[in-house]
Amino acid sequence: MTEVMRRTRLWRRFRRRPMPMAGLVLVIAFVLLALAGPLVTGDPAAQDYMATLAPPSGAHPMGTDDLGRDALARIAHGAQVSLQAGVLSTLLAMAIGIPIGLVAGFYRRWLDPIVMRLVDVTLAFPFLVFAVGLAAIIGPSLKGVVLALGFAQLPAVIRITRGEVLAVREMDYVAAAIADGAGDGHIIFRYVLPNCASPLIVQATVAIPAAIIGESTLSFLGLGVQPPTPSWGVMLTTAQQYLSDAPWLAIWPGLMIALATLGFNLLGDGLRDVLDPRSAR
Amino acid sequence: MILRIDNLVKHYGPVRAVDGLSLEIGQGEVLGLVGESGSGKSTVGKCVLRLTEPTSGSIELNGTDITHLSRRAMRPLRRDVHMVFQDPFSSLNPRFSIEQIVGEPLLRHKVCDRRETAGRVAAMLEKVGLRQEMRKRYPHELSGGQRQRVGLARALILEPKLVVADEPVSALDVSVQASVLNLITDLQRDMGFSCLFITHDLSVVEFLADRIAVMYLGRIVESGPTAEIFAQPRHPYTQALLSAAPVADPVRQRERRRIVLGGDVPSPVDPPAGCRFHTRCPLAYDECRSTEPALTDPRGAGHPAACHLVTADRVPDAAAPL
Repeated sequence: MTEVMRRTRLWRRFRRRPMPMAGLVLVIAFVLLALAGPLVTGDPAAQDYMATLAPPSGAHPMGTDDLGRDALARIAHGAQVSLQAGVLSTLLAMAIGIPIGLVAGFYRRWLDPIVMRLVDVTLAFPFLVFAVGLAAIIGPSLKGVVLALGFAQLPAVIRITRGEVLAVREMDYVAAAIADGAGDGHIIFRYVLPNCASPLIVQATVAIPAAIIGESTLSFLGLGVQPPTPSWGVMLTTAQQYLSDAPWLAIWPGLMIALATLGFNLLGDGLRDVLDPRSAR
Repeated sequence: MILRIDNLVKHYGPVRAVDGLSLEIGQGEVLGLVGESGSGKSTVGKCVLRLTEPTSGSIELNGTDITHLSRRAMRPLRRDVHMVFQDPFSSLNPRFSIEQIVGEPLLRHKVCDRRETAGRVAAMLEKVGLRQEMRKRYPHELSGGQRQRVGLARALILEPKLVVADEPVSALDVSVQASVLNLITDLQRDMGFSCLFITHDLSVVEFLADRIAVMYLGRIVESGPTAEIFAQPRHPYTQALLSAAPVADPVRQRERRRIVLGGDVPSPVDPPAGCRFHTRCPLAYDECRSTEPALTDPRGAGHPAACHLVTADRVPDAAAPL
């Protein structure tokens, strides 16, 4: 009951801001496109040799590519790939990074220095080199993209979690929990973790668009999703060759990447303002 | 003895927060531990709860030496001691309802099942003067005074033998302070727990404490029965503290001689040689600068003070410098 009241209060504060609301609308549109789009747009691999590189028309609202495939269908299916890459890689990083950050921050005396030095090493490792290596080992695929992007996000998630844990564990309510007779596990999961959640939610809204760009980058370079599976990055690779003949082929995926990224970033900024009182101006 | 602290030392790096402190609290006794900020009084409380690891010395809780017990070994003993914290805004988990917060000690110690816990929580909330509809509320919906009552309920629900109250009212408005103090007094009489009441404000403990111990720079400089400390403070520091507290009687207030101490509390990183108080003491003489006075109780009156003048069986009067 009261939790609901608290949520509605946050929602009211959120709703008053135009930019985060615009972000929310963009994100919802993106998710809808990814989930429902492929159901209505038809086969993204169907080729129509009578209409290759056709400009936007009634039959093909976004035009067709060099093989006569419908760009709209490919954009919709590409949204699905982007959403998967963004969400799965972020979930992966959170699932691994949050426990590591929690434990490192909570047992700061003996675990923290080791974990943080490992994180520094990871940070120093160039992401693309790692992605290339991974693609070489398991073959270029969506799975590889998710693994590479998840790994790339890991240091940030560990650092944020650890930083929050260091702050939260100094709160009197953690001391009170010790005085209550609570064990470490109980304190970590019922006291520390719930009070670290806000910045992690914000981090997720920053990480997802970064991962969407990352997926496009890897697929553009041929290290990610492979043709004929449509991905916004793959579409850009193709469009590059026909930039002067069919510029719309580059414009659509580019625009989609920009809009999806913008949406998540605006949403994230808004969430940070609402959830984290420290950033309030 | 419920609590016996012997020669407790706690250093945070170079900071000598507590530097050789001894005190005892008997069954059902309330000891007021008084000192300025930075005197180390809160650190004493944290050591008793083992929220921080003492550097040396010993702490005996109810006959058991807990100074260096592991966290696991300490857990069953936590039924007998709990704490009320100073800051009512950071001492309650914002994600827990009031019912969950107050019920935690019962559940952690597996005292009873969830249904009985709910009943006991309801009874405890009533004892601290909170309405039953507060049970489902969250800390941010409560006022400072209400939160402090929740903290009190949490500390008392296991009926501990000792409660450490670390400045439990100093973050509250004066009007709320009085009601929370009265509540603590009533509960203490009713439940009979011993209490280490930490405060910087002597007037807060005047009517609550059986005995008072005054701390300065990590050590006790004077201790004794509350009435005696107020009537005949021996240590010049205690005299200065008392003279700073206003008296609710205009005639007496006008007659009083105010003792104004110069300067600040010296850094606990490098406490002064000799008597720690000599840098601010209006009565300081050569001996004070070279040798540290021991706590002495000249006539065996249970009212020791650490001052060379007391040792020499003279009566220090900080209001009338030599």
